[in-house]
Amino acid sequence: MATTNGAVENGQLDGKPPALPCPIRNLEVKFTKIFINNDWHDSKSGKKFATYNPSTLEKICEVEEGDKPDVDKAVVAAQAAFQRGSPWRRLDALSRGQLLHQLADLVERDRTILATLETMDTGKPFLHAFFIDLEACIKTFRYFAGWADKIQGKTIPTDDNVVCFTRHEPIGVCGAITPWNFPLMMLAWKLAPALCCGNTVVLKPAEQTPLTALYLGSLIKEVGFPPGVVNIVPGFGPTVGAAISSHPQINKIAFTGSTEVGKLVKEAASQSNLKRVTLELGGKNPCIICADADLDLAVECAHQGVFFNQGQCCTAASRVFVEEQVYGEFVRRSVEYAKKRPVGDPFDAKTEQGPQIDQKQFDKILELIESGKKEGAKLECGGSAMEDRGLFIKPTVFSDVTDNMRIAKEEIFGPVQTILKFKSLEEVIKRANSTDYGLTAAVFTKNLDKALKLASALESGTVWINCYNAVYTQAPFGGFKMSGNGRELGEYALAEYTEVKTVTIKLDDKSS
Amino acid sequence: MLYQNPSAEPVTSVPGAESAMSSQAHPDIPAPLANLKIQHTKIFINNEWHGSVSGKKFPVLNPATEEVICRVEEGDKADVDKAVKAARQAFQIGSPWRTMDASERGRLLNKLADLIERDRLLLATMESLNAGKIFSHAYLFDLEVTIKSLRYIAGWADKIHGQTIPSDGDLFTFTRREPIGVCGQIIPWNGPLVMLIWKLGSALSCGNTVIVKPAEQTPLTALQVASLIKEVGFPPGVVNIVPGYGPTAGAAISSHMDIDKVAFTGSTQVGKLIKEAAGKSNLKRVTLELGGKSPCIVFADADLDSAVEFAHQGVFFHQGQICIAASRLFVEESIYDEFVRKSVERAKKYVLGNPLNSGITQGPQIDKEQHDKILDLIESGKKEGAKLECGGGRWGNKGYFVQPTVFSNVTDEMRIAKEEIFGPVQQIMKFKSLDDVIKRANNTTYGLAAGVFTKDLDKAITISSALQAGVVWVNCYSMISPQCPFGGFKMSGNGREMGECGLYEYTELKTVAIKISQKNS
Repeated sequence: MATTNGAVENGQLDGKPPALPCPIRNLEVKFTKIFINNDWHDSKSGKKFATYNPSTLEKICEVEEGDKPDVDKAVVAAQAAFQRGSPWRRLDALSRGQLLHQLADLVERDRTILATLETMDTGKPFLHAFFIDLEACIKTFRYFAGWADKIQGKTIPTDDNVVCFTRHEPIGVCGAITPWNFPLMMLAWKLAPALCCGNTVVLKPAEQTPLTALYLGSLIKEVGFPPGVVNIVPGFGPTVGAAISSHPQINKIAFTGSTEVGKLVKEAASQSNLKRVTLELGGKNPCIICADADLDLAVECAHQGVFFNQGQCCTAASRVFVEEQVYGEFVRRSVEYAKKRPVGDPFDAKTEQGPQIDQKQFDKILELIESGKKEGAKLECGGSAMEDRGLFIKPTVFSDVTDNMRIAKEEIFGPVQTILKFKSLEEVIKRANSTDYGLTAAVFTKNLDKALKLASALESGTVWINCYNAVYTQAPFGGFKMSGNGRELGEYALAEYTEVKTVTIKLDDKSS
Repeated sequence: MLYQNPSAEPVTSVPGAESAMSSQAHPDIPAPLANLKIQHTKIFINNEWHGSVSGKKFPVLNPATEEVICRVEEGDKADVDKAVKAARQAFQIGSPWRTMDASERGRLLNKLADLIERDRLLLATMESLNAGKIFSHAYLFDLEVTIKSLRYIAGWADKIHGQTIPSDGDLFTFTRREPIGVCGQIIPWNGPLVMLIWKLGSALSCGNTVIVKPAEQTPLTALQVASLIKEVGFPPGVVNIVPGYGPTAGAAISSHMDIDKVAFTGSTQVGKLIKEAAGKSNLKRVTLELGGKSPCIVFADADLDSAVEFAHQGVFFHQGQICIAASRLFVEESIYDEFVRKSVERAKKYVLGNPLNSGITQGPQIDKEQHDKILDLIESGKKEGAKLECGGGRWGNKGYFVQPTVFSNVTDEMRIAKEEIFGPVQQIMKFKSLDDVIKRANNTTYGLAAGVFTKDLDKAITISSALQAGVVWVNCYSMISPQCPFGGFKMSGNGREMGECGLYEYTELKTVAIKISQKNS
């Protein structure tokens, strides 16, 4: 899910760096309730849950805790909004696009507020939130705004005396369950194509990070989407998430998160009503550095590829395979980079790395680091939590990692780089593919033939060549194997949010 | 040229959707801008205003009053050369325009739509004043279509996909859709703004640079849009606008050795000259959107009132100055008399006058030449034995007005049934059988549009396949939307504008094949 979306590189047209934006201090959180039918609701149970700032471990606020009855309410609203003849169903596709454009305008207007909220709730560096998460969110809304009136069916020259055409119709009520690592961006990836195709949505943001989603609810209302088109129910996975996945009146579910939970979601979909499922799950992504690569570029990309967003990216470059001639040099430079990585207050403009999202993740990462030490990997730097600071972990690099170690097999989701050695292309292809995951892969080489060979040999939904995290709203994203089902972004995403209907009309005669 | 049908199918949002689309719903039509000042009368090159190289200017008239509105710099070959240099420069490899993200091109086009929306009243007033359009039509239809078309085409910019192709051999093969280069665009006077945006938007969305020649009768809104191009921040040289005449500026564009493509909307006669000039010079790509003599076929089982209204609007809208005009109306004999009666009643309802005044429903023809041609054709109809049901002459003694005219008992060999009239003149013919009407409808060198009115499913689909026309409307007419391709069969044109197809007229397809050591599926 990590992305630079071209934002930083492409930035300003005139080449002048803009003044750095500043976060809003003491930002008041205005939206903490359940959003249904363009109104704010309390939870049926009366319960609330706290959301914390992972950087300070302080409670930010309490949010209404949705559960099955709240999901039911939201589904009723979403179904009503999707009724034949409703304002939403009768709206011109071009006008749907225009609403998404206006939503992008408002996100742009409130960019600083949203970036501040995102940093408070996730602990990600504010400048990353502002330039990467928000940029991607805005661009995603604009990109899909443009698709709304370009979702074309076909007429088909079938046999016999018939006219045959297809219509690409919205699926209906779509559930969306978004993760905590890129709360707003992942929300945009799901909401934008769903609305672009004319669906209605019931969305559950991650319980760790509900704030930007709820703020977006207020913008949905301000833009003037008809009531019930977008509904947001904050809460926990086993309650709200399960209610969405197994709901008999939800026609599709899109989930981003762990492979473990992805399996539960698909199982629930099957047991209930065979709702359509798209999943964007974990990864253990190979990053292959050939000896002929631009080493400076490769070191930097591999470093950012695994450390970006505190390592909490499903695209994380968590298996770096380096060709043996350059192995020593690559490790040396990578360690240098890792040691220089500024860790600290995410609101500080110099900070590149903030805290992990919560205690559970923090403990899991430290446990995997310990396993690495025990299993004989060489700890080059880091390897523990930052002294006397909540959920921060030192940037960690392991060399001499072998394929059978846990740190080479399991998704760590933390600031831990594992560097492996390889000798031949055929060998590294086999090793890179020897995993249940298949989300992304990267290759660094200047050799054209090698690059294209690896691009076709690697079993992953995305292959980056001489770049990393080059995720663009125009290009599809998703996983092979157990990294997911289906694709998000690009034109391909539209197919995940439409049903194709074939209409065949019998005629007396035909004519070519 | 064509528009949404004004009364039969208003362009307002769907009922009930207004609350959702508050900023989209049509406000009450405001009064035209008082004290309209014409600010831009020069040649626009490299985001700057230039006097003509020759020093000449030409007068721009108000067709309702025959008065001169202003004088505009008259471009000729030397000015076109200047513009081409700027456009070529802006298209150089490595230029800001060539290195811009496609999504950013889309963003600029969306901003242009925002500015046109901001200046909607000014542009509508100008269009009404200069083109003789009913102000409310200019405001509601021309500007609406302009803005929507621009937003539609803006969305395509980063969706113009090539393909990867499973070619034979150990190859990796892909295609790129690249911009063609410098595109010449020659715009007609009947829809100055809409036709400008259809061409400009498509060319820019694909990454081309352009030289636009607006019609000499109606250069004002194009020059106003030029100022918005600059305000939006398109790089200099991407859009260049050279007002002037066909035989000079138009010919210079069509035959220019350094223009890679020309798009023209206008008469079939001039379209032929353009394609010929393109052939003689550098084989530049050509798209043409030309004349029509479009059939509109009404079966006895149709909803009669709806058919009468659509057929009426189909030929009378904008004083009949539309290339899709439903100018051959075929009515099944059992309902012929009733249809004629209702059509005549409808045609008599017009109030002619200055199109800027409220309550006026028909404005003037564009100029004296057109005005006289229409009157000549009306006379031929009378002479050749058609029955004049109403109208039949000029109106008033100032401005280029023609009375709304209906002929019945028209037969296929009459001039009014064969030639494009481009005026407020309806021809109603009679037919007996499906096969007969298909033959007669197709018996023309034109093939732009066609209309069919019937409730019978099989008949509707059979005839929509049988008609030789680029667009067939069933139980409606003039329903143009930016999502749909538009263009002509036969001598009504080459290529298509708008829709996804329209884009491909502004790209070159490049196949790249890379040898690899071993392929894998």
